[in-house]
Amino acid sequence: MIRVRLPTHLRALAHIDGEVKIQVEGQPTQRVVLDALEARYPMLRGTIRDHVTHERRAFVRFFACEEDMSHEPPDAPLPEAVATGAEPYLIVGAMAGG
Amino acid sequence: MSGVRVLVGTRKGAFVLTSDGTRKQWDVSGPHFAGWEMYHLAGSPVDPNRLYASQSSGWFGQLIQRSDDGGTTWEPVGNQFTYDGVPGTHQWYDGTPHPWEFARVWHLEPSLTDPDTVYAGVEDAALFRSVDGGQSWQELSGLRGHDTGSSWQPGAGGMCLHTILQHPSDPGRMFVAISAAGTFRTDDTGKTWRPVNHGLQSDGIPDPNAEVGHCVHNLAMHPARPDVLFMQKHWDVMRSDDAGESWHEVSGDLPTDFGFPIDVHAHEPDTIYVVPIKSDSEHFPPEGKLRVYRSRTGGNEWEALTKGLPQRDCYVNVLRDAMSVDSLDPCGVYFGTTGGQVYASSDAGDSWAPIVRDLPSVLSVEVQALP
Repeated sequence: MIRVRLPTHLRALAHIDGEVKIQVEGQPTQRVVLDALEARYPMLRGTIRDHVTHERRAFVRFFACEEDMSHEPPDAPLPEAVATGAEPYLIVGAMAGG
Repeated sequence: MSGVRVLVGTRKGAFVLTSDGTRKQWDVSGPHFAGWEMYHLAGSPVDPNRLYASQSSGWFGQLIQRSDDGGTTWEPVGNQFTYDGVPGTHQWYDGTPHPWEFARVWHLEPSLTDPDTVYAGVEDAALFRSVDGGQSWQELSGLRGHDTGSSWQPGAGGMCLHTILQHPSDPGRMFVAISAAGTFRTDDTGKTWRPVNHGLQSDGIPDPNAEVGHCVHNLAMHPARPDVLFMQKHWDVMRSDDAGESWHEVSGDLPTDFGFPIDVHAHEPDTIYVVPIKSDSEHFPPEGKLRVYRSRTGGNEWEALTKGLPQRDCYVNVLRDAMSVDSLDPCGVYFGTTGGQVYASSDAGDSWAPIVRDLPSVLSVEVQALP
């Protein structure tokens, strides 16, 4: 089970309280987690990554285990602590102006 | 009519203001979508409870919200705006080629006949249409694909398609306006377009009489006289009597002919409203006096409307989509300011009162007369 923590605006958009818990088959990667997240909450499509290219939006960052995952390949395995649910996968709106 | 509903888009959320036909007491609902930029909200002319809203942020991009109960509840619908084919380039501010990149939806224009059909004017300038209540969007790419498209340049606010006018009886005819390309007309339901800017003059571009390159800020049309168009250009208030084929200036005795919105009285096709702004670098009213100007002669002769509006130390702006008129009698006029005030007049502009004073900066104001 993967725990996903979303920024406030996206939680409000998707009517989510607290963390999202996602079950994935096989090796969890950022792509697998985001695909599952968007499948459960279709209104999030386009808000985290591009509809077509699936590139991360410029002012969105991904963190896990106190590491910046934003520039990791989308198919790279997530850390074991995230895969087991010990640590959350964080989707963060970048600090940028007011 | 039982009342009016004013839809207000601001930089940090949307607000819905409602009143009965007297338009004296107001209920304020909001903020909806708190924290998001709400560029525009609009209601269907054939189903007033069907609303569309453009919600966006620099972080999370574009969303479209739809309401089927007059703004009490909303649901996100389609937000995929993909340019048709290979987008190519337009010109950047310095004249170099720049790729067409979707930024946001500036304006939503519901169909005059079908609540599920709605048009979206976007930045970088293009026109999209949905025929399924906003679930999916298709570009009307004949506009952007016009021969001049690669030469279009952005205005200071971005290269936005901000105005969409539908002919009331000819479904094939529409007008759009783009900053800073100009006005375009289709006569075949959006398949093909041509610029209709003859008569516009824009100092500061290489050819002041060019076919495109004009910073049109807003257009207005009265449905009873659809061949007459009024325009607030960057500088100059303009009028066309032949569906855009030619334009002539009607700035007349305005204190300044710079401004953003323009609108037409609901029952008097020759009565028009503008809000003069000092200049393109000083985006506030001249002399610190917030004045709406009204012409009852279709332009040239203007009167200042000041009763109830601040006449000292006022330095707000009124943006292009932030003025609207209702269809009650007498006609109501509404506008919002970058200082967060929304003013209403229930007597065609003779007197004004604020509905709210302290909203976030107002981006758009639309009003619906409710049955």
